[in-house]
Amino acid sequence: MNDKSPVVDFATDWDHTDPEWVNDPYPIWEDLRLRCPVAHTDRYGGAWFPASHAGVSMVAKDTDTFTSRSVVMGNGRPTDEDLPAPIGLAPPITSDPPFHQIARKLILPAFAPRPINALEPQIRALCAKLLDDVVGQEIVNASQSYARLIPPAVIRQMLGFPEADTEKFIEMVHVIVEAIDLPEEERIEQFVPVEEYFTRQIEDHQENPRDDLTTFLLNAEIGGEKLAVEHVFGTMVLILVAGIDTTWSAVGASLWHLAQHPDDLARLVNEPELMSVAIEEFLRYYAPVTMARLVKQDVEYLGCPMKEYDWILLGFPAANRDPVVFKDADKFIIDRAENRHVAFGLGIHRCIGSNLARLELRVAIEEFIQRYPTFELANQNDVTWSQGQIRGPRNLPLRILA
Amino acid sequence: MIDERGAVKVVIDADLCQGQGRCFSIAPSLFGFDDLGSGVVLGDGTLSAETLELARLAQANCPEHAIFIEES
Repeated sequence: MNDKSPVVDFATDWDHTDPEWVNDPYPIWEDLRLRCPVAHTDRYGGAWFPASHAGVSMVAKDTDTFTSRSVVMGNGRPTDEDLPAPIGLAPPITSDPPFHQIARKLILPAFAPRPINALEPQIRALCAKLLDDVVGQEIVNASQSYARLIPPAVIRQMLGFPEADTEKFIEMVHVIVEAIDLPEEERIEQFVPVEEYFTRQIEDHQENPRDDLTTFLLNAEIGGEKLAVEHVFGTMVLILVAGIDTTWSAVGASLWHLAQHPDDLARLVNEPELMSVAIEEFLRYYAPVTMARLVKQDVEYLGCPMKEYDWILLGFPAANRDPVVFKDADKFIIDRAENRHVAFGLGIHRCIGSNLARLELRVAIEEFIQRYPTFELANQNDVTWSQGQIRGPRNLPLRILA
Repeated sequence: MIDERGAVKVVIDADLCQGQGRCFSIAPSLFGFDDLGSGVVLGDGTLSAETLELARLAQANCPEHAIFIEES
Protein backbone atom coordinates (compact mmCIF):
# COMPACT_ATOMS: atom_id res chain seq x y z
CA MET A 1 0.00 0.00 0.00
CA ASN A 2 1.10 3.59 -0.07
CA ASP A 3 1.47 6.23 2.59
CA LYS A 4 0.17 9.09 0.47
CA SER A 5 -2.67 11.29 1.61
CA PRO A 6 -6.03 10.02 0.42
CA VAL A 7 -7.66 11.79 -2.50
CA VAL A 8 -10.69 13.92 -1.62
CA ASP A 9 -11.46 15.28 -5.10
CA PHE A 10 -10.10 13.47 -8.15
CA ALA A 11 -10.79 16.53 -10.32
CA THR A 12 -8.16 18.65 -8.60
CA ASP A 13 -5.97 16.18 -6.69
CA TRP A 14 -6.12 12.86 -8.53
CA ASP A 15 -3.73 10.00 -7.92
CA HIS A 16 -3.87 6.85 -10.06
CA THR A 17 -2.37 4.86 -7.18
CA ASP A 18 -5.13 5.86 -4.74
CA PRO A 19 -6.91 2.69 -3.52
CA GLU A 20 -10.27 3.93 -4.81
CA TRP A 21 -8.82 4.36 -8.33
CA VAL A 22 -6.97 1.03 -8.13
CA ASN A 23 -10.05 -0.91 -7.04
CA ASP A 24 -12.61 0.60 -9.41
CA PRO A 25 -11.55 3.58 -11.54
CA TYR A 26 -14.56 3.61 -13.87
CA PRO A 27 -16.98 5.68 -11.73
CA ILE A 28 -14.17 8.18 -11.09
CA TRP A 29 -13.52 8.57 -14.81
CA GLU A 30 -17.23 8.95 -15.56
CA ASP A 31 -17.49 11.69 -12.97
CA LEU A 32 -14.41 13.46 -14.37
CA ARG A 33 -15.78 13.25 -17.92
CA LEU A 34 -18.91 15.03 -16.82
CA ARG A 35 -17.24 17.61 -14.61
CA CYS A 36 -13.89 18.55 -16.18
CA PRO A 37 -13.13 16.75 -18.53
CA VAL A 38 -9.40 17.32 -17.87
CA ALA A 39 -8.44 16.67 -14.25
CA HIS A 40 -5.37 18.11 -12.57
CA THR A 41 -3.15 17.15 -9.67
CA ASP A 42 -0.14 18.77 -8.02
CA ARG A 43 1.11 15.29 -7.14
CA TYR A 44 4.01 13.86 -9.19
CA GLY A 45 5.24 17.41 -9.73
CA GLY A 46 2.11 18.36 -11.66
CA ALA A 47 -0.01 16.19 -13.93
CA TRP A 48 -3.15 16.25 -16.09
CA PHE A 49 -5.65 13.54 -16.90
CA PRO A 50 -7.98 13.96 -19.90
CA ALA A 51 -10.94 11.67 -19.21
CA SER A 52 -12.61 11.97 -22.61
CA HIS A 53 -11.83 10.05 -25.80
CA ALA A 54 -11.37 13.36 -27.65
CA GLY A 55 -8.76 14.60 -25.16
CA VAL A 56 -6.84 11.32 -25.10
CA SER A 57 -6.91 11.17 -28.88
CA MET A 58 -5.59 14.72 -29.31
CA VAL A 59 -2.70 14.22 -26.90
CA ALA A 60 -1.76 10.80 -28.29
CA LYS A 61 -1.46 12.20 -31.81
CA ASP A 62 0.26 15.47 -30.92
CA THR A 63 3.96 14.68 -30.81
CA ASP A 64 4.82 18.36 -31.29
CA THR A 65 3.36 19.42 -27.94
CA PHE A 66 4.12 16.27 -25.95
CA THR A 67 7.18 14.07 -25.64
CA SER A 68 7.38 10.34 -24.96
CA ARG A 69 10.78 10.58 -23.25
CA SER A 70 9.17 9.01 -20.23
CA VAL A 71 5.93 7.08 -20.50
CA VAL A 72 5.70 5.99 -16.87
CA MET A 73 4.61 8.70 -14.48
CA GLY A 74 6.67 9.17 -11.35
CA ASN A 75 7.93 11.84 -9.02
CA GLY A 76 11.09 12.50 -11.02
CA ARG A 77 11.65 13.76 -14.52
CA PRO A 78 14.07 12.35 -17.10
CA THR A 79 17.29 14.28 -17.60
CA ASP A 80 19.64 14.30 -20.56
CA GLU A 81 21.98 12.12 -18.55
CA ASP A 82 19.63 9.22 -17.87
CA LEU A 83 17.91 9.40 -21.22
CA PRO A 84 20.48 10.00 -23.94
CA ALA A 85 18.75 11.57 -26.93
CA PRO A 86 17.61 10.48 -29.43
CA ILE A 87 17.45 6.81 -28.40
CA GLY A 88 15.78 7.13 -25.03
CA LEU A 89 15.65 4.45 -22.37
CA ALA A 90 13.51 1.97 -24.28
CA PRO A 91 13.25 2.77 -28.01
CA PRO A 92 10.93 3.27 -29.77
CA ILE A 93 8.34 3.80 -27.01
CA THR A 94 10.50 6.51 -25.38
CA SER A 95 11.56 8.03 -28.71
CA ASP A 96 10.08 11.05 -30.45
CA PRO A 97 10.04 11.81 -34.18
CA PRO A 98 12.05 11.64 -36.32
CA PHE A 99 14.18 8.95 -34.58
CA HIS A 100 11.05 7.16 -33.41
CA GLN A 101 10.06 6.07 -36.89
CA ILE A 102 13.52 4.68 -37.63
CA ALA A 103 13.61 2.65 -34.41
CA ARG A 104 10.03 1.48 -34.86
CA LYS A 105 10.40 0.37 -38.49
CA LEU A 106 13.32 -1.72 -37.39
CA ILE A 107 11.25 -3.96 -35.13
CA LEU A 108 7.82 -3.76 -36.81
CA PRO A 109 8.51 -6.75 -39.11
CA ALA A 110 9.19 -8.99 -36.11
CA PHE A 111 5.74 -8.18 -34.68
CA ALA A 112 3.77 -8.13 -37.95
CA PRO A 113 0.91 -10.63 -38.36
CA ARG A 114 2.84 -13.19 -40.40
CA PRO A 115 5.60 -14.06 -37.89
CA ILE A 116 3.26 -13.63 -34.92
CA ASN A 117 0.50 -15.88 -36.29
CA ALA A 118 3.11 -18.61 -36.70
CA LEU A 119 3.42 -18.73 -32.89
CA GLU A 120 -0.16 -19.92 -32.37
CA PRO A 121 0.55 -23.67 -32.02
CA GLN A 122 3.27 -23.04 -29.42
CA ILE A 123 1.07 -20.67 -27.42
CA ARG A 124 -1.77 -23.18 -27.51
CA ALA A 125 0.53 -25.95 -26.28
CA LEU A 126 1.84 -23.69 -23.53
CA CYS A 127 -1.69 -22.83 -22.31
CA ALA A 128 -2.67 -26.50 -22.37
CA LYS A 129 0.39 -27.40 -20.32
CA LEU A 130 -0.34 -24.70 -17.73
CA LEU A 131 -3.88 -26.05 -17.44
CA ASP A 132 -2.51 -29.59 -17.05
CA ASP A 133 -0.39 -28.31 -14.15
CA VAL A 134 -3.49 -27.30 -12.16
CA VAL A 135 -5.69 -30.20 -13.17
CA GLY A 136 -7.91 -31.50 -10.38
CA GLN A 137 -7.73 -28.27 -8.35
CA GLU A 138 -11.14 -27.14 -7.20
CA ILE A 139 -9.96 -23.54 -7.03
CA VAL A 140 -7.51 -22.20 -9.59
CA ASN A 141 -5.75 -18.87 -9.19
CA ALA A 142 -6.20 -17.96 -12.84
CA SER A 143 -4.00 -14.90 -12.51
CA GLN A 144 -1.00 -16.41 -10.72
CA SER A 145 -1.10 -19.95 -12.12
CA TYR A 146 -2.24 -19.21 -15.65
CA ALA A 147 -2.38 -15.64 -17.05
CA ARG A 148 0.89 -14.60 -15.38
CA LEU A 149 2.88 -17.43 -16.89
CA ILE A 150 1.83 -17.16 -20.53
CA PRO A 151 3.45 -13.92 -21.80
CA PRO A 152 6.96 -14.40 -20.33
CA ALA A 153 7.26 -17.88 -21.82
CA VAL A 154 6.34 -16.48 -25.23
CA ILE A 155 8.73 -13.52 -24.96
CA ARG A 156 11.57 -15.72 -23.66
CA GLN A 157 11.21 -17.84 -26.73
CA MET A 158 11.05 -14.85 -29.10
CA LEU A 159 14.25 -13.44 -27.60
CA GLY A 160 15.88 -16.84 -27.89
CA PHE A 161 16.84 -17.22 -24.23
CA PRO A 162 17.34 -20.80 -22.94
CA GLU A 163 14.16 -22.72 -22.17
CA ALA A 164 15.77 -23.93 -18.94
CA ASP A 165 15.78 -20.29 -17.78
CA THR A 166 11.99 -19.89 -18.08
CA GLU A 167 11.34 -19.77 -14.30
CA LYS A 168 14.30 -17.49 -13.68
CA PHE A 169 13.20 -15.32 -16.56
CA ILE A 170 9.65 -15.01 -15.21
CA GLU A 171 11.00 -13.92 -11.81
CA MET A 172 13.29 -11.38 -13.42
CA VAL A 173 10.55 -9.92 -15.55
CA HIS A 174 8.37 -9.39 -12.53
CA VAL A 175 11.20 -7.66 -10.74
CA ILE A 176 11.49 -5.21 -13.63
CA VAL A 177 7.77 -4.71 -13.96
CA GLU A 178 7.23 -4.16 -10.28
CA ALA A 179 10.35 -2.02 -9.94
CA ILE A 180 8.87 0.58 -12.27
CA ASP A 181 7.09 2.30 -9.37
CA LEU A 182 10.13 2.26 -7.06
CA PRO A 183 12.38 5.24 -6.37
CA GLU A 184 15.21 5.68 -8.87
CA GLU A 185 18.04 4.28 -6.66
CA GLU A 186 16.11 1.14 -5.72
CA ARG A 187 15.10 0.61 -9.30
CA ILE A 188 18.71 0.76 -10.48
CA GLU A 189 19.67 -1.72 -7.76
CA GLN A 190 16.90 -4.14 -8.77
CA PHE A 191 18.07 -3.87 -12.34
CA VAL A 192 21.64 -5.08 -11.75
CA PRO A 193 21.03 -8.86 -12.01
CA VAL A 194 18.74 -8.30 -14.99
CA GLU A 195 21.42 -6.31 -16.76
CA GLU A 196 23.98 -9.02 -16.02
CA TYR A 197 21.71 -11.74 -17.35
CA PHE A 198 20.89 -9.79 -20.50
CA THR A 199 24.53 -8.98 -21.09
CA ARG A 200 25.35 -12.70 -20.90
CA GLN A 201 22.55 -13.48 -23.35
CA ILE A 202 23.72 -10.77 -25.74
CA GLU A 203 27.29 -12.13 -25.60
CA ASP A 204 26.04 -15.66 -26.20
CA HIS A 205 24.06 -14.48 -29.22
CA GLN A 206 27.08 -12.62 -30.57
CA GLU A 207 29.08 -15.86 -30.40
CA ASN A 208 26.22 -18.12 -31.52
CA PRO A 209 23.86 -16.17 -33.76
CA ARG A 210 20.49 -17.84 -34.33
CA ASP A 211 17.02 -17.11 -35.66
CA ASP A 212 15.54 -15.02 -32.87
CA LEU A 213 14.82 -11.44 -31.88
CA THR A 214 18.10 -10.94 -30.01
CA THR A 215 20.18 -11.90 -33.04
CA PHE A 216 17.88 -9.78 -35.19
CA LEU A 217 18.53 -6.72 -33.00
CA LEU A 218 22.26 -7.36 -32.89
CA ASN A 219 22.41 -7.52 -36.69
CA ALA A 220 20.06 -4.59 -37.27
CA GLU A 221 21.53 -1.43 -38.73
CA ILE A 222 20.57 2.21 -38.85
CA GLY A 223 22.23 4.14 -41.68
CA GLY A 224 24.74 1.35 -42.26
CA GLU A 225 25.79 1.17 -38.62
CA LYS A 226 24.97 -1.51 -36.08
CA LEU A 227 22.69 -0.40 -33.26
CA ALA A 228 24.25 1.08 -30.13
CA VAL A 229 24.39 -1.48 -27.31
CA GLU A 230 22.09 0.78 -25.27
CA HIS A 231 19.59 0.64 -28.13
CA VAL A 232 19.61 -3.18 -28.26
CA PHE A 233 19.35 -3.41 -24.49
CA GLY A 234 16.65 -0.72 -24.31
CA THR A 235 14.50 -2.42 -26.93
CA MET A 236 14.83 -5.76 -25.13
CA VAL A 237 13.74 -4.14 -21.87
CA LEU A 238 10.83 -2.53 -23.68
CA ILE A 239 9.72 -5.86 -25.12
CA LEU A 240 9.77 -7.35 -21.63
CA VAL A 241 8.09 -4.54 -19.78
CA ALA A 242 5.48 -3.90 -22.44
CA GLY A 243 4.83 -7.50 -23.33
CA ILE A 244 4.36 -9.18 -19.99
CA ASP A 245 2.02 -7.71 -17.41
CA THR A 246 -0.07 -6.02 -20.09
CA THR A 247 -1.18 -9.32 -21.61
CA TRP A 248 -1.25 -10.96 -18.18
CA SER A 249 -3.73 -8.24 -17.18
CA ALA A 250 -5.88 -8.63 -20.27
CA VAL A 251 -6.16 -12.40 -19.88
CA GLY A 252 -6.90 -12.05 -16.16
CA ALA A 253 -9.53 -9.33 -16.57
CA SER A 254 -11.29 -11.32 -19.30
CA LEU A 255 -11.48 -14.42 -17.09
CA TRP A 256 -12.62 -12.22 -14.18
CA HIS A 257 -15.47 -10.99 -16.36
CA LEU A 258 -16.46 -14.47 -17.54
CA ALA A 259 -16.42 -15.78 -13.97
CA GLN A 260 -19.13 -13.27 -13.08
CA HIS A 261 -21.16 -13.38 -16.30
CA PRO A 262 -22.25 -16.96 -16.95
CA ASP A 263 -24.35 -15.84 -19.93
CA ASP A 264 -21.32 -14.42 -21.69
CA LEU A 265 -19.28 -17.50 -20.78
CA ALA A 266 -21.96 -19.82 -22.15
CA ARG A 267 -22.18 -17.84 -25.37
CA LEU A 268 -18.42 -18.02 -25.90
CA VAL A 269 -18.41 -21.75 -25.20
CA ASN A 270 -21.34 -22.42 -27.53
CA GLU A 271 -20.58 -19.86 -30.24
CA PRO A 272 -16.81 -19.94 -30.75
CA GLU A 273 -17.21 -17.77 -33.86
CA LEU A 274 -17.94 -14.88 -31.47
CA MET A 275 -14.41 -15.02 -30.13
CA SER A 276 -12.86 -12.37 -32.37
CA VAL A 277 -15.47 -9.70 -31.57
CA ALA A 278 -15.50 -10.74 -27.91
CA ILE A 279 -11.73 -10.25 -27.71
CA GLU A 280 -12.13 -6.67 -28.95
CA GLU A 281 -14.83 -6.02 -26.35
CA PHE A 282 -12.59 -7.44 -23.59
CA LEU A 283 -9.89 -5.09 -24.84
CA ARG A 284 -12.24 -2.11 -24.89
CA TYR A 285 -13.93 -2.72 -21.58
CA TYR A 286 -10.89 -3.86 -19.61
CA ALA A 287 -8.09 -2.10 -21.51
CA PRO A 288 -5.10 -2.61 -19.21
CA VAL A 289 -2.69 0.05 -20.43
CA THR A 290 -2.41 3.73 -19.54
CA MET A 291 0.55 5.67 -20.93
CA ALA A 292 2.13 8.97 -19.98
CA ARG A 293 3.59 11.92 -21.83
CA LEU A 294 5.46 15.04 -20.76
CA VAL A 295 4.55 18.57 -21.84
CA LYS A 296 7.44 19.95 -23.92
CA GLN A 297 6.92 23.61 -23.01
CA ASP A 298 4.32 25.84 -21.37
CA VAL A 299 1.15 25.67 -23.42
CA GLU A 300 -2.59 26.30 -23.19
CA TYR A 301 -4.08 22.96 -24.19
CA LEU A 302 -7.56 21.44 -23.89
CA GLY A 303 -8.38 24.63 -22.00
CA CYS A 304 -5.70 23.98 -19.40
CA PRO A 305 -2.57 25.97 -18.53
CA MET A 306 0.00 23.20 -18.94
CA LYS A 307 3.55 23.78 -17.78
CA GLU A 308 6.80 22.44 -19.16
CA TYR A 309 7.42 18.91 -17.79
CA ASP A 310 3.89 18.47 -16.47
CA TRP A 311 2.77 14.89 -16.94
CA ILE A 312 -0.21 13.89 -19.05
CA LEU A 313 -1.64 10.56 -18.03
CA LEU A 314 -3.02 9.08 -21.24
CA GLY A 315 -5.99 7.01 -20.13
CA PHE A 316 -6.83 4.74 -23.03
CA PRO A 317 -9.06 2.69 -20.69
CA ALA A 318 -11.03 5.84 -19.84
CA ALA A 319 -11.33 6.81 -23.52
CA ASN A 320 -12.81 3.36 -24.15
CA ARG A 321 -15.71 4.12 -21.81
CA ASP A 322 -16.59 7.50 -23.34
CA PRO A 323 -20.29 7.48 -24.35
CA VAL A 324 -19.61 10.11 -27.02
CA VAL A 325 -17.75 7.44 -29.01
CA PHE A 326 -19.28 4.17 -27.79
CA LYS A 327 -22.98 3.37 -27.65
CA ASP A 328 -23.82 1.93 -24.23
CA ALA A 329 -20.20 2.56 -23.31
CA ASP A 330 -20.68 1.31 -19.75
CA LYS A 331 -22.13 -2.01 -20.92
CA PHE A 332 -20.07 -5.05 -21.86
CA ILE A 333 -21.61 -6.29 -25.11
CA ILE A 334 -19.92 -9.51 -26.12
CA ASP A 335 -20.96 -9.27 -29.78
CA ARG A 336 -20.45 -5.50 -30.16
CA ALA A 337 -20.03 -5.10 -33.94
CA GLU A 338 -18.70 -1.55 -34.06
CA ASN A 339 -15.84 -1.12 -31.68
CA ARG A 340 -13.28 1.55 -32.37
CA HIS A 341 -11.50 0.95 -29.07
CA VAL A 342 -8.08 2.39 -28.35
CA ALA A 343 -6.71 -0.30 -26.02
CA PHE A 344 -3.48 -0.35 -28.04
CA GLY A 345 -3.16 3.41 -28.13
CA LEU A 346 -3.52 5.77 -31.06
CA GLY A 347 -1.13 7.33 -33.53
CA ILE A 348 2.55 6.61 -34.06
CA HIS A 349 3.06 4.77 -30.76
CA ARG A 350 0.36 2.16 -31.39
CA CYS A 351 1.36 -0.89 -29.35
CA ILE A 352 3.86 -2.73 -31.47
CA GLY A 353 2.92 -6.02 -29.83
CA SER A 354 -0.80 -5.74 -30.53
CA ASN A 355 -0.86 -8.73 -32.89
CA LEU A 356 0.92 -10.86 -30.31
CA ALA A 357 -1.27 -9.61 -27.46
CA ARG A 358 -4.45 -10.43 -29.37
CA LEU A 359 -3.17 -13.88 -30.25
CA GLU A 360 -2.17 -14.67 -26.66
CA LEU A 361 -5.45 -13.32 -25.29
CA ARG A 362 -7.57 -15.29 -27.76
CA VAL A 363 -5.69 -18.56 -27.34
CA ALA A 364 -5.55 -18.21 -23.54
CA ILE A 365 -9.31 -17.70 -23.31
CA GLU A 366 -10.11 -20.40 -25.87
CA GLU A 367 -7.99 -22.99 -24.06
CA PHE A 368 -9.29 -22.04 -20.62
CA ILE A 369 -13.00 -22.21 -21.49
CA GLN A 370 -12.54 -25.36 -23.51
CA ARG A 371 -11.05 -27.01 -20.42
CA TYR A 372 -13.43 -25.33 -17.97
CA PRO A 373 -16.74 -24.39 -19.60
CA THR A 374 -18.18 -23.21 -16.28
CA PHE A 375 -16.47 -21.42 -13.42
CA GLU A 376 -17.15 -18.63 -10.96
CA LEU A 377 -15.29 -16.35 -8.58
CA ALA A 378 -14.32 -18.34 -5.51
CA ASN A 379 -14.33 -15.27 -3.32
CA GLN A 380 -14.79 -11.71 -4.53
CA ASN A 381 -12.77 -10.40 -1.57
CA ASP A 382 -9.70 -12.36 -2.57
CA VAL A 383 -9.43 -10.63 -5.95
CA THR A 384 -6.71 -7.98 -5.97
CA TRP A 385 -5.82 -5.50 -8.71
CA SER A 386 -2.46 -4.17 -9.77
CA GLN A 387 -1.52 -0.58 -9.02
CA GLY A 388 -0.02 1.78 -11.57
CA GLN A 389 -0.41 2.20 -15.30
CA ILE A 390 -1.18 -1.44 -16.08
CA ARG A 391 -4.48 -2.64 -14.66
CA GLY A 392 -5.42 -6.25 -14.15
CA PRO A 393 -6.27 -8.80 -11.46
CA ARG A 394 -3.22 -10.11 -9.62
CA ASN A 395 -5.11 -12.68 -7.58
CA LEU A 396 -8.03 -14.38 -9.22
CA PRO A 397 -9.25 -17.51 -7.43
CA LEU A 398 -11.79 -19.23 -9.64
CA ARG A 399 -13.96 -22.13 -8.54
CA ILE A 400 -14.12 -24.71 -11.30
CA LEU A 401 -17.68 -25.96 -11.73
CA ALA A 402 -17.25 -28.35 -14.63
CA MET B 1 -27.62 1.44 -54.48
CA ILE B 2 -24.41 1.36 -56.38
CA ASP B 3 -24.57 3.18 -59.66
CA GLU B 4 -23.64 0.84 -62.51
CA ARG B 5 -21.41 3.41 -64.12
CA GLY B 6 -19.56 4.65 -61.04
CA ALA B 7 -17.54 2.16 -59.00
CA VAL B 8 -17.32 2.33 -55.21
CA LYS B 9 -13.87 1.74 -53.85
CA VAL B 10 -12.33 1.27 -50.46
CA VAL B 11 -8.94 2.85 -49.76
CA ILE B 12 -6.61 3.02 -46.79
CA ASP B 13 -4.82 6.28 -46.09
CA ALA B 14 -1.29 5.01 -45.52
CA ASP B 15 -0.36 8.14 -43.55
CA LEU B 16 -3.17 7.54 -41.07
CA CYS B 17 -2.86 3.74 -40.82
CA GLN B 18 -0.85 2.70 -37.76
CA GLY B 19 -1.27 -1.05 -38.15
CA GLN B 20 -4.04 -1.47 -35.58
CA GLY B 21 -4.97 -4.61 -37.50
CA ARG B 22 -8.74 -4.37 -37.30
CA CYS B 23 -9.52 -4.23 -41.04
CA PHE B 24 -7.75 -7.41 -42.06
CA SER B 25 -9.19 -9.37 -39.17
CA ILE B 26 -12.78 -8.21 -39.81
CA ALA B 27 -12.66 -8.37 -43.60
CA PRO B 28 -9.80 -10.60 -44.76
CA SER B 29 -11.40 -10.77 -48.21
CA LEU B 30 -10.91 -7.02 -48.65
CA PHE B 31 -7.79 -6.23 -46.64
CA GLY B 32 -4.38 -7.75 -46.10
CA PHE B 33 -1.22 -6.53 -44.42
CA ASP B 34 2.33 -5.70 -45.44
CA ASP B 35 5.61 -6.73 -43.85
CA LEU B 36 5.36 -3.94 -41.28
CA GLY B 37 1.82 -4.94 -40.31
CA SER B 38 0.08 -2.00 -41.96
CA GLY B 39 -3.29 -2.64 -43.56
CA VAL B 40 -3.45 -2.83 -47.35
CA VAL B 41 -6.43 -3.03 -49.70
CA LEU B 42 -6.45 -6.25 -51.71
CA GLY B 43 -6.82 -5.79 -55.46
CA ASP B 44 -8.14 -2.43 -56.65
CA GLY B 45 -10.60 -2.06 -53.79
CA THR B 46 -13.74 -2.08 -55.94
CA LEU B 47 -16.74 -3.01 -53.82
CA SER B 48 -19.90 -4.93 -54.63
CA ALA B 49 -23.17 -4.42 -52.77
CA GLU B 50 -22.18 -7.17 -50.31
CA THR B 51 -18.59 -6.20 -49.80
CA LEU B 52 -19.62 -2.58 -49.30
CA GLU B 53 -21.27 -3.56 -46.01
CA LEU B 54 -18.15 -5.41 -44.94
CA ALA B 55 -15.96 -2.44 -45.86
CA ARG B 56 -18.22 -0.16 -43.83
CA LEU B 57 -17.91 -2.47 -40.85
CA ALA B 58 -14.12 -2.39 -41.12
CA GLN B 59 -14.27 1.39 -41.43
CA ALA B 60 -16.41 1.62 -38.29
CA ASN B 61 -13.81 -0.38 -36.38
CA CYS B 62 -10.67 1.48 -37.44
CA PRO B 63 -9.46 3.47 -34.42
CA GLU B 64 -7.30 5.67 -36.63
CA HIS B 65 -10.12 6.57 -39.08
CA ALA B 66 -7.79 5.51 -41.89
CA ILE B 67 -10.35 3.75 -44.11
CA PHE B 68 -12.29 5.65 -46.76
CA ILE B 69 -15.05 4.54 -49.09
CA GLU B 70 -15.08 6.59 -52.24
CA GLU B 71 -17.35 6.82 -55.25
CA SER B 72 -15.54 7.45 -58.48
